[in-house]
Amino acid sequence: MKNRIDEVFKNKKKILSIYFSAGHPNLEDTTSILKKLQSSGADMIEIGLPFSDPLADGPVIQKSSSKALRNGMTTEKLFNQLEGVRKEINIPLIIMGYFNPIMQYGVEKFCEKCKLIGIDGLIIPDLPVSVYKDDYKELFDKHGLYNMFLITPQTSVERINYIDKASKGFIYMVSSSGVTGVKSNFNEVQTKYFKRIKSMNLNTPTIIGFGISNQQTFNSASEYSSGAIIGSAFINFLETKGVVKINEFIKSIR
Amino acid sequence: MNYNVDKKGYYGDFGGAFIPEMLYSNIDKLKESYLKITNESDFKKEFNDLLKSYVGRPTPLYFAKRLSRKYNAKIYLKREDLCHTGAHKINNTIGQILLAKRLGKNRIIAETGAGQHGVATATVCALMDTECVVYMGELDVKRQAPNVARMKMLGAEVRPVVSGSKTLKDATNEAIRDWINNPINTHYIIGSVVGPHPYPDMVARFQSVISEEIKIQLQELEGRDYPDHLIACVGGGSNAAGLYYHYLDDDRVNIIAVEAAGKGIDSGKSAATSALGKEGIIHGSKTLLMQTEDGQITEPYSISAGLDYPGIGPMHANLFRTKRAEFISIPDQEAMNWGLNLSKMEGIIPAIETAHAFAVLDIKKFNLNDVVVFNCSGRGDKDLDTFINYFQL
Repeated sequence: MKNRIDEVFKNKKKILSIYFSAGHPNLEDTTSILKKLQSSGADMIEIGLPFSDPLADGPVIQKSSSKALRNGMTTEKLFNQLEGVRKEINIPLIIMGYFNPIMQYGVEKFCEKCKLIGIDGLIIPDLPVSVYKDDYKELFDKHGLYNMFLITPQTSVERINYIDKASKGFIYMVSSSGVTGVKSNFNEVQTKYFKRIKSMNLNTPTIIGFGISNQQTFNSASEYSSGAIIGSAFINFLETKGVVKINEFIKSIR
Repeated sequence: MNYNVDKKGYYGDFGGAFIPEMLYSNIDKLKESYLKITNESDFKKEFNDLLKSYVGRPTPLYFAKRLSRKYNAKIYLKREDLCHTGAHKINNTIGQILLAKRLGKNRIIAETGAGQHGVATATVCALMDTECVVYMGELDVKRQAPNVARMKMLGAEVRPVVSGSKTLKDATNEAIRDWINNPINTHYIIGSVVGPHPYPDMVARFQSVISEEIKIQLQELEGRDYPDHLIACVGGGSNAAGLYYHYLDDDRVNIIAVEAAGKGIDSGKSAATSALGKEGIIHGSKTLLMQTEDGQITEPYSISAGLDYPGIGPMHANLFRTKRAEFISIPDQEAMNWGLNLSKMEGIIPAIETAHAFAVLDIKKFNLNDVVVFNCSGRGDKDLDTFINYFQL
């Protein structure tokens, strides 16, 4: 079966991918957020599996994660909410979460559930590429799941090539040295880094994330890659405007 | 069997470097260079000179006469409490600041719970004229006011952490985030044998001076360079790692690790990770940690702030799983009582962390000629308020 992620990257430009923490703002918002995002024109969705200790995340996602946990979100709960979601949602769905909750659920069982639901891929920021290749790649492949890796301004050319070879779907390009969060514009150092990566002509398409918050940052990210991922800014929006207004947010970016 | 770290950074099933890509280049650089740098002769010389002239090493191996008589064994105390700043912590911070200098880093960050590692880090930063930021949970900032003041006097900036449960685990998260935000000029001095490889091994090596000295001291005192029993408290486990280091593969030596049972293992208020923890990932390391069934890390409890970490270092997780070490957990009350016992019997007021180790004397029976070495890892000055309140002194 074809992976929906490949389809989107083949057919679309300026891909808009949205991240949210499952279980936030309210425990049962997950499927309505997915539907609203799809109908408003988002191209891809990252469903955040909340974790108590999200090392790579800034204050906004830390807060939404812990609120989700307080609301009662668990791995099992999320899978239950997502059951049957493919009847209505046809854009790629990715689960983004830290490794410990996945480990405790059981990696194999987790992959089986993902396949059953129709998840296309995973992003696990604290699962190193080498460990993935040695211990889990076979399992992911068996279940048709892509595992996407990150690169940062500090990633060496040698390692970028190594990651490119190990990658399927897309490479998640972290826009700056930093945790997730909202920034209003890119600086020269960042644009230089974007250009550098673009000129490497990698086999795997790239998409830029961290610090994308508005039309301006989305457009400039899309100049250098296939699109962008927005997380913190969307979560802020959800907090203030709520799920029903999601189309306003997507419109403000497009 | 080898109980030390292997080439891939694992102790048996535990260890490794489960870090986000943002930390990869810094951790990789550290991994590639820490052994090379620490083996250079000028590094060794500077490290040893500072341990001698600044920290006050070697620390004595003291024969505790009254304890020995009462408990029918030859009981020795390795006096790490006599180190500058009051605990073994400074052995590691001296080593890491020298390493940081050689890596060209001019800004230091650290996490701290009770403030001991924060003080030890602020101290070496003052010594080396280096910018120092210490992350400390907001709750701990309030509970440990004297150590916060010490760090400030030493020129460090103390940043209260308000995320998560506002204690050590969250201070560690925040320090890691700082490092992600400042990858070029900053070195992160972790305070225990935790975190991603190579930290557990690096910190254990800096602390291994403890058992290195014991070998020489026991040879002199007992005519043999090994004890029958080694006993240390374990939070993350750096003082224990230093005590065990040169005896890990010596099966003549029985190793005992003492964890904090808090209000009791089944009370829901405990820090006994070996009893309550499951294999998982915390702060970049695969180890035993306290967590919910769903893999959310839980908040431990102990009356001693230095032992309430929800994980243990991967070396210790492996010592536990392979049964190389015997793990015992001691409740608050017994630890507090031993704070008094040691004070009255030997004239040494221990840190509450350290007092946990001595409570083993009520549980374990030793043979008359057994040589038992305790790591007297820290002094109790910092805990006076807790002692005062607890015993209505």
